[in-house]
Amino acid sequence: MRFLTDRKRVEGLGSAKQGTGHFWEQRLSAIALLFLVPLFVLPFAYNLGDGYEEVRAAYAHPVNAVIAIAFFVTVSLHFFQGVQVVIEDYVHGRLGMILIIAMRLLSTLFALIGAYAVIRISLGA
Amino acid sequence: MANVSNETRPLSPHLQVYRLPLNAKLSILHRITGVALAFAAILIVWYFLALATGPEYFETASAVLTSWFGILVFTLSTVALWLHFANGVRHLVWDTGSHLGQKASNRSAMIGLAFMVVMTIITLWIAIGG
Repeated sequence: MRFLTDRKRVEGLGSAKQGTGHFWEQRLSAIALLFLVPLFVLPFAYNLGDGYEEVRAAYAHPVNAVIAIAFFVTVSLHFFQGVQVVIEDYVHGRLGMILIIAMRLLSTLFALIGAYAVIRISLGA
Repeated sequence: MANVSNETRPLSPHLQVYRLPLNAKLSILHRITGVALAFAAILIVWYFLALATGPEYFETASAVLTSWFGILVFTLSTVALWLHFANGVRHLVWDTGSHLGQKASNRSAMIGLAFMVVMTIITLWIAIGG
């Protein structure tokens, strides 16, 4: 007699011990970017080439600042999720693991620098 | 297996001469553009860091981003971005289990490519006009 339900038996399993977690999170960040890409990229294209004061004023605005931070954080996450799959497909063994760790650290650094810059611009420091 | 060199058997695709279907090409391009877009993203964050630091540093970053090199990188990245975007939407639709057939995926590929062209023109037009 089996006491465990099917759900209980598969929970937390899979080769990566996270089931469909990676797949699901990557789709979530993709859906977020459906909104964030147009909201960030089009104003960015509009401002590119303008002077310091104009661009600074544009990103001091709370709406633009929050969009920019959300964009950097989500791009960082989505990039890592994608590049992790690419590395797992093409680079095996210890080198693959080192590359994944390096990409995780670099993408986190990317998000932190982006958020720091926008917060500093927004707070006028 | 008396005659293993039976020439009437079908051969697996020879990669040198095999013409990849449109979807296979787009699948490869989806990966390439995804990784390549990181380059533009790094340039953008650097530009923001310069904007936060001060006018002199900002002028340097802005000059690099609007130089021939910056314009080349951002023009290619704009094409890559909207291709990755359109293809990403196709993947999200496929994940629901619909539009998976050959005809449907070929149609969505053409719609995606048209979307890429239109959005690239709009983005570059905004960049030049703004």
